[in-house]
Amino acid sequence: MPMVEQTVQIVSNERDTDQYFRLVVRAPAIAPRVQPGQFAHVRILPLKEALLRRPFSIFQVSDDTLSILYKAIGRGTEVLARMRPGEELSMIGPLGHGFTVPPPGGETPLLVAGGYGMAALYLLAQRSPQKGIAFVGGRRRVDILCEAEFRALGWDVRVTTEDGSHGEKGLVTQALLIELEQRALRRKLFACGPTPMLKAVGRLAADFNLPAELSLDEHMGCGIGVCLTCVVPIKAGGDWEYQRTCTEGPVFDARQVVWEAGV
Amino acid sequence: MNLSVKLGTLTLPNPVTVASGTFGYGVEYAQLVDLNQLGAVVVKGIRLGPVRGNPTPRTVEVTSGLINAIGLQGPGVDGFIRKYWPFLKGLQVPTIINIWGTTVEEYAEVARRFEALDGVGALELNVSCPNIKAGGAQFGTDLKLLGQVVEACRKATRLPLITKMSPNVVSIAPYAQAAEAAGSDALSIMNSFPAMAINIETRQPRLANVTGGLTGPCIKPIAVKLVWEAAKAVKIPIIGMGGIQNAADAIEFIMAGATAVAVGTANFYEPQTALQVIAGLRQFMQQRSLGDVRELIGSAHAGG
Repeated sequence: MPMVEQTVQIVSNERDTDQYFRLVVRAPAIAPRVQPGQFAHVRILPLKEALLRRPFSIFQVSDDTLSILYKAIGRGTEVLARMRPGEELSMIGPLGHGFTVPPPGGETPLLVAGGYGMAALYLLAQRSPQKGIAFVGGRRRVDILCEAEFRALGWDVRVTTEDGSHGEKGLVTQALLIELEQRALRRKLFACGPTPMLKAVGRLAADFNLPAELSLDEHMGCGIGVCLTCVVPIKAGGDWEYQRTCTEGPVFDARQVVWEAGV
Repeated sequence: MNLSVKLGTLTLPNPVTVASGTFGYGVEYAQLVDLNQLGAVVVKGIRLGPVRGNPTPRTVEVTSGLINAIGLQGPGVDGFIRKYWPFLKGLQVPTIINIWGTTVEEYAEVARRFEALDGVGALELNVSCPNIKAGGAQFGTDLKLLGQVVEACRKATRLPLITKMSPNVVSIAPYAQAAEAAGSDALSIMNSFPAMAINIETRQPRLANVTGGLTGPCIKPIAVKLVWEAAKAVKIPIIGMGGIQNAADAIEFIMAGATAVAVGTANFYEPQTALQVIAGLRQFMQQRSLGDVRELIGSAHAGG
């Protein structure tokens, strides 16, 4: 799974809802090799005093372009949101160990996403031989992203919002629980979102004895396994060790994650 | 054009290396960087046994810099030899192994283990990591302990020894001289500066370790001054480092007295930096019709 560093050109960079943006870049050396759940590490060149690259899950790929869904929330993403088509970024990718695409006839995939976590699950939904259910949650209507894209793939999309402004009112994991109580056999969970949501999905997977793959979101430095910033405690031979979200992850088997360690 | 330089008995094909802890064990960069173009690969610090490292958050980005408190996570001597040495020994350029311990005896034991390994270019003694409770900076900021560590390693190995100095001293000159007197073949100047950052929303330190070491372009002028001062104090060669992003930065260090340089934090955001520095150095020399990089070493001292 070789990575490359490439100067990529912005094709489009438009507001999706509220603070969320969709960035499309031409990245011929990266796009064709992206696996579901992998990420790109982006150097936002106009960002002079903030040195590090920013990691983004890869949302969609099409021929030599790839897209990213991001929230303009910090120094880096705010500068990125002002960049225009034709401008360039430096990108390293595809990076990380992504989701396991379900084998034909295997378990039914249940995707669980919080906010723009949905983006990291799109390629998995697209490449999965069997369609499943995508549970997507957010605080408000504007936090529900790419619902239409998942429906267009023929997936059953279940929306929850905390304020009830779209879909069911409540947490995404409550909707998941209701579904699992009805049927939990031969299903596998794939999740991406905030850490409390991932922990809850991990607990549900354990309760229902289901396999689950979680995409962890940690602060990242180099993105290629060197700086050891993005480590998480992972079970190893009766104990645990710090593994790298950028290299061994971002996707980990839920049973291997040791949430209570490392404090 | 000659770019090769010597650190003790070790010859580097060019003066541009990488800073320990910013380049993993080399292999991580193999897909992005032609490692055989470097002056040397310098690996992350190794002690005798494996090290789990500090809790997270371990790094925080600050204006033109990075504060880290990784805690020297690593595989230990045996893990390193098993996992990483087969790759490193196949490189055409020297590998410099950064070592540390919590006692003088441990430093010496690690040095002995690498003495027995065929193909090691040199050992870099990390006596200056600010992020571990025992070992590291305590050795680099105590003249007597510094001398003991270097001397014990000197007895343990014939490999060239490079002492990585702490910047956290009132004057670097006596420490540089102590390392030289104890048998160090070269000095790495320098390690990171103790630093911290606070999240004003949560009123909490941003690092789990509370404090860390500051690196990146913001420390470069301080590092250049330390190289300048050390170069006046010792005869052994110096590897200058601290915030190098391009050839101009590297040339400053060389003119201040560094025989070689190391690219550090820049590896994290621009893996090609070291190769760009080499190309830029070549171009700088060409434009000035310089035939040998050694003509630049310490050249800023001529009038001062």
